[in-house]
Amino acid sequence: MSVTVNDVKHIANLCRLNVPDDEMDKFVEQFNQILNYAEILKKVDTQGIEPSPYVLPISNVLREDVPVVSLSHEDAMKNAPEEYEGGFKVPRVIE
Amino acid sequence: MALYRETAHELHDKLVKKEISSVELTKAVYDRIDEVEDQVKAYITLDKENALAQAAKVDKMIADGETIKPLAGIPGAIKDNISVKGVRMTCASKILENFVPVYDAHVIENLRKDETIFLGKTNMDEFAMGSTTETSHFQITHNPWDLSRVPGGSSGGSAASIAAGEAIWSLGSDTGGSIRQPAFFNGCVGLKPTYGRVSRYGCVAFASSLDQIGPIARDVTDAALVLNTISGLDAHDSTSYDAPVPDYTKALRQDVKDLTIGLPKEYFGEGTDPKVAAQIKLAAKKFEELGAHVIEVSLPHTEYAVITYYIIAPAEASANLGRFDGVRYGFREMAAESAPEMMRKTRTEGFGKEVRRRIMLGTYVLSSGYYDAYYNKAMQVRTLIRQDFAEAFKKCDLLLTPTSPVVAYPLDAKMDPLTVYMLDVTTIPVNMAGLPGISIPCGFVDNMPVGAQLIGKPLGEETLLRAAYTFEQATDFHKAVAPLGGLK
Amino acid sequence: MTEYTTVIGLEVHAELKTKTKAFCSCSTEFGGAPNTHVCPVCLGMPGALPVINKQMVEFALRFALAVNCEIQRYSKFDRKNYYYPDLAKAYQISQFYQPIALNGHLDVNVDGETKRIGITRIHMEEDAGKLVHSGASISTSDFSAVDYNRAGVPLIEIVSEPDMRSAAEARAYMEKLRAYLQYTGVCDGKMQEGSMRCDANISIMPVGAKEFGTRAEIKNLNSFKALERAIEYEVERQKEILEDGGHVVQETRTWDDAQGMTFSMRSKEEAHDYRYFPEPDLAPIIIEKEWVEKAKSELPELPDARKARLMDEKGLDDYSAELIVADKKMAEYFDAAAKETDDAKGVANWILGDVSAYLNSNNCGIGEFPVSPAHLGQMVALIKKGVLSSKLAKKVFAEMLKKDEAPADLVKKLGLEQVSDEGAIQAMVDEAIAANPQSVADYKAGKDKAIGFLVGQVMKKSRGKANPGMVNKLIIKTIKGE
Repeated sequence: MSVTVNDVKHIANLCRLNVPDDEMDKFVEQFNQILNYAEILKKVDTQGIEPSPYVLPISNVLREDVPVVSLSHEDAMKNAPEEYEGGFKVPRVIE
Repeated sequence: MALYRETAHELHDKLVKKEISSVELTKAVYDRIDEVEDQVKAYITLDKENALAQAAKVDKMIADGETIKPLAGIPGAIKDNISVKGVRMTCASKILENFVPVYDAHVIENLRKDETIFLGKTNMDEFAMGSTTETSHFQITHNPWDLSRVPGGSSGGSAASIAAGEAIWSLGSDTGGSIRQPAFFNGCVGLKPTYGRVSRYGCVAFASSLDQIGPIARDVTDAALVLNTISGLDAHDSTSYDAPVPDYTKALRQDVKDLTIGLPKEYFGEGTDPKVAAQIKLAAKKFEELGAHVIEVSLPHTEYAVITYYIIAPAEASANLGRFDGVRYGFREMAAESAPEMMRKTRTEGFGKEVRRRIMLGTYVLSSGYYDAYYNKAMQVRTLIRQDFAEAFKKCDLLLTPTSPVVAYPLDAKMDPLTVYMLDVTTIPVNMAGLPGISIPCGFVDNMPVGAQLIGKPLGEETLLRAAYTFEQATDFHKAVAPLGGLK
Repeated sequence: MTEYTTVIGLEVHAELKTKTKAFCSCSTEFGGAPNTHVCPVCLGMPGALPVINKQMVEFALRFALAVNCEIQRYSKFDRKNYYYPDLAKAYQISQFYQPIALNGHLDVNVDGETKRIGITRIHMEEDAGKLVHSGASISTSDFSAVDYNRAGVPLIEIVSEPDMRSAAEARAYMEKLRAYLQYTGVCDGKMQEGSMRCDANISIMPVGAKEFGTRAEIKNLNSFKALERAIEYEVERQKEILEDGGHVVQETRTWDDAQGMTFSMRSKEEAHDYRYFPEPDLAPIIIEKEWVEKAKSELPELPDARKARLMDEKGLDDYSAELIVADKKMAEYFDAAAKETDDAKGVANWILGDVSAYLNSNNCGIGEFPVSPAHLGQMVALIKKGVLSSKLAKKVFAEMLKKDEAPADLVKKLGLEQVSDEGAIQAMVDEAIAANPQSVADYKAGKDKAIGFLVGQVMKKSRGKANPGMVNKLIIKTIKGE
């Protein structure tokens, strides 16, 4: 499998990034280098092998439903780039 | 010996005997930082004021006759992806350039309870993505053994601070080798605990199923002391282990006679510098001399570990780093008409090239149509890698490998990403299987430190520390001092 | 013209009534100044980690059992990745690959017919925050502000099979779901306040066709009425497209209640690609048989069982029983009122009549109804005993709405006791007959209607208090000279 400039632009849009034009060619090349290397995985027979999303043999790690005092509003907003009436201000939501 | 060169356990004795004060010690370390930091550049942020206030507090406790914990009053350095309330945390990224956390990481809470001292926050690869600390937005950290070489990464600042005498102990984080490899490059002891042994709460997530916080220290005893404090169940981390925390210093006995140590043949083949391999073989011989039984074992899926890791880790990272969108905290690109545009510009501007590459790679392998071929396949191979270890541990108690296939290489080596990734082959499988691993100094190649990696069974930290301690007590490699030379 | 079959599936989100959020210990309390029920976890601060609220799992399990689902022994959480300012982590923790429950169903009643609606799956997830727009709407605002108080509130998403064939069926299903949510106590089911939300997948196909048409997903359905109207509108829209030889586009549309239309939400945005993958920060949930059995044993009486009880024990008809159990508080009100009288049907008629009319015109729920159930029941008992006429009962009812007093006291105070004393009524009847010879003649000539006028005269004289049945009887008896 190999990706094109258009694929890269599509992926970039999914993760809210731009690939600057002057980085694009090198980026596509290195991206494909990694994906080509990933082809070695095809050598591994994984028929019937369970995936391992977790390495710990644990389950049901549950918390009791008891409220704990939250952050102060001041702390919540402490790092906010912009604030408006107690909320995190953002430019218009629709492009 | 200068105070800043000593170990935490030696300094603790001196504090308790009132031979030195914590303020004196802390000042000595800051003086050392003043002296060498412009050559090493281990720190992003220093917090001298709070550190000295804390030192004075500990001195008063000692004066009042209180019993103090082993790390009380001993200054340490914290990797800049671990949250210390009120102290800027950047993850070495522009996107968090001015970010001040409002809460303490669990490990920091524990260390505070022990009245230890935080000197400052150390340099790292941006969001822990890298193995040279060169992807930091702020500065290049230099290897104190040869300032023209990399300190390794991603916990390069934490390891360099120990080697340069700029801290007594330090914390790093290890997702694919980020504690062990810089420990090797800097001649330190670096321990990555079993996944779940130490709470990840407050450590900025890179790859959640692989990340683990651990100590980088001057010797095995100090590593055990830090591990004692930071280990244990945390109600804020659902993946922290509910297993009792032993006193790891009790495991520090000079005895390996009951242990079988396996040498996985795949770790000594092509790609591993023969000179490095030779040093590890010598370490194996030393273990034999000390009474251990050494055998050869095989971990057949090792060759797939690197690509498996570079699918799983970026996939998790692509989600973990989504929150850096300029809305709630951190850098925001103001010149934007809309929120989506603001996010795109903020992230493109705020993240460095390597971080963006990995987010893109992770997004790609999870995207519609590719999930099964990449992500799910990698998760299956991960199972096979875990099974390899389980099989090997039927035959032996510990594994011994080179921590890295090569010693620290020159700065700005201009390798392509895949070549750099391939060098993680010795450390990555340990994270994939969630096992504990320790790197200990075991020799020199071209005047640069070499480290041996011991890998243990899940929650096998005690055995790991015992073997490492036994080796350390029988050798002098950990006592060598970085010359801070080599720069033209 | 081609006849079409409508195919509807609903995705319903219900906010769970836990005290704390799904993955952190912040309060779920509604209201509150912006960003005051927040913490590092629900603000998505670097390094924060989620921990599962046990009560969320208990609630999801309870509800899933109530709607006949198969509980999955092993379930886990996944991350759903997308960017939006109200989504703090840029992923929502949800259950995609292995949800907690599958294959349930609910029976709904439309036009006297019972229909089974399949429930494909139920999964747990977290809510997003809220955007406050600077202008009148999202599209006219130069900027917005995000409040994360709601971020992380636990939800269950209940996904139905595409089993509904009309707006009425969809509404009946939603009402039934709400009843089940309320009865199990997991959600208050207030659509207007957003604690129960619904997206509808709507398509049409020629009658008899086997393959479903292309569907549109309709969002922003904030009331039962909106759901019905949106479906009706959307079906017409799709018909027109097909009649014109066009194709329905698979897309997400939003319902505009003021304009009564759906609008495409498609922008130049990427097609949805949520890149789901297992949430590595959370361990899986394993629900063993014992847990299921325990939850089953703790299930309260459910709407269908209650309905059957009202029909069997109280003699209500299917329609009334269905309406009363649809709202748990209403059913509780009914039970409390019916304790006061053996005329349960009378209580039902009052509840579905005057009480409901009051609630509708005042736009409130039975919880805010001013008359206590005991008083309503006592009033029905007075009617049944003949102490109060149905007509005068309206006066008593009106008084109780003003001030919730015991109806017996009101009857006395207002002098509204029904007169059933034969002697007193006979006197008034005699008077009326004497004063209206023409009506008497008309009646004798076969004009039965004339009797009504005479009854009216007597009632007037008695100021409405005479027992109308007795008045009627005595007039006929007197005229016939019996």
